[in-house]
Amino acid sequence: MPRLQRLRSGLTPLLFLGPAALLVTLFFFLPVIITGLISLTDLATSTFAGRWHFIGLGNYQRMRISPYTVKIFTNTATYVICTLTFFNVGMALVISLLTTSINKTAGSLFRVLWLLPRITPSVIYVIMWQYMLADAPSGILSQFVTTVLGAEAKNWLYSYPMVAVIIANGLIGTSFGMIIFTSAIESIPPEYMMAARVDGASSWQIIRRITIPLIRWPLLFVTAYQTLSLLTSFEQILLLTGGGPGFYTTEVWALYAYHTALSNYWGNTEFGFGSALAAVLVVIGIIASVVYLRVFRFSAMVAEPKIEVL
Amino acid sequence: MNQRLRSAIPYILLILLTTPILIGYLWLFISSMSIRTYGLRPEGFTLENWRFLLEPIRSRPSIWRVLLSTLAFALPLGLLDVIISSAAGYALSRLKFPGRRLFLSLTIILHAFPSATLLIAIFFVLRFIKLYDTIIGVVLVSVSLGLPLGIWLMKGFYDNVSWDIEMAALIDGCSRLRAWWSVILPIIRPGLAALLIFSFLGGWGAYIIPYTFLATASIQPISVYLQSLTGDYTFVNYGVVTAVGLFQLIPVLIFYMFTQRYLLNLYSGGMKGAA
Repeated sequence: MPRLQRLRSGLTPLLFLGPAALLVTLFFFLPVIITGLISLTDLATSTFAGRWHFIGLGNYQRMRISPYTVKIFTNTATYVICTLTFFNVGMALVISLLTTSINKTAGSLFRVLWLLPRITPSVIYVIMWQYMLADAPSGILSQFVTTVLGAEAKNWLYSYPMVAVIIANGLIGTSFGMIIFTSAIESIPPEYMMAARVDGASSWQIIRRITIPLIRWPLLFVTAYQTLSLLTSFEQILLLTGGGPGFYTTEVWALYAYHTALSNYWGNTEFGFGSALAAVLVVIGIIASVVYLRVFRFSAMVAEPKIEVL
Repeated sequence: MNQRLRSAIPYILLILLTTPILIGYLWLFISSMSIRTYGLRPEGFTLENWRFLLEPIRSRPSIWRVLLSTLAFALPLGLLDVIISSAAGYALSRLKFPGRRLFLSLTIILHAFPSATLLIAIFFVLRFIKLYDTIIGVVLVSVSLGLPLGIWLMKGFYDNVSWDIEMAALIDGCSRLRAWWSVILPIIRPGLAALLIFSFLGGWGAYIIPYTFLATASIQPISVYLQSLTGDYTFVNYGVVTAVGLFQLIPVLIFYMFTQRYLLNLYSGGMKGAA
């Protein structure tokens, strides 16, 4: 290959990938390193003079002994486990099983409706929930409970904040698993089901013995992928409860890091400690992503292009 | 009869499970045209809630100015995301170069990687490159965080385009760049449109990034504006709040109605075939 041509063919990928590589470096790689570095400093508005003062593992030490850590950790575990079990996997499975068992058009109509929470801008979505859960006379749930069930109205968001957070986030989270499970279920050869029916299997037996075992990979994938996503996203919680009401009742780890470093009530934003909190999630994120890459046979996806010219 | 009842069970279950989702949207409609609501029961029809279209609410910026800043954020975001993702996706799908495997693995890892945890450090990056508190900075951050998904989706689209077409173009003397631009891109136009809409809608509804990185700027996208309305305790008029909310939501619903088949795949993160 002549030298000029080789140079040109070397430049082409650079041309195509350059902008993406630059942005990914600026806003992914650099931030990962910076998070690690800042977490070793005592950078905060109260010590802010533009200079980084390294304090070793002081922030991690503080995280270890802080009485709040246990509270935040428990909140996070409750939130992630419940949302995942009941909605992102549980409800997703129920909806995809139900919608694939009925008329195709009706089934996809229901799935379209289930995607609404995800496409709705988060601020509007949260306003709806705040109103639904509000106290009498305006709250929808309170109105329903008093008129239909004859029970007592209350501010549900204040009485059961964690449940509200789980349901509101869960209804958004359901759609991801729903889409993936649906396409997995639809790709099961119908003969399997028919054979089982002929042999006298009930619907429950078919689901339990045929469908679930056949979609175990998508199930595992959604569980893994959504665990990470739930662990680290906090926008809806920030809007719905802001971590309250009261003292850290719904404050999860990612929100705690955000509050500590970027916006807290006391005006002293502690970048160092906040970064240490975030660094914990970053490390979990990196480990989990690499594990996914191995477990879910992503290696097949990064195979060389089939044909290569030039 | 028993048979018919049995086949109705999935429908009944689905309706019961889906109703709670729809109630919120129903309320949004009712409330935006009522003086007040008790649950879903409206009291007093009015269009007064929509007055914000004509004159600003109190001392806030006019809704049209808010709309302009939202577009100034969401349009460049969508366009840049599509351009950069489609270029990078092409290279990963079609070109052979050292580091290709690494770059592709990174794309997939970043796709799963929780970008929300990086906000603190991004704050420092933005200040360092002097783009904190600017629309450009917020657009660049949002584009970057969307890139792994965009690149991955685009690569998928290119993988489905036959090689023969491109080969023919190259044999006819097209450069790689030209073959991409005038032969391949037109073929994957539906994919480009889907990503553009997806990304635009992401910007249209975005809250946390503009809220965090546009602290003092006079320009605020509509989500931040709407949130500031609900946070104003001297003035919480749910009629007005829901009218503004509906104003923001309607374009989303219209886009969704026409593109749900494409968007369905995009919202699952292009991961339908992953596992």
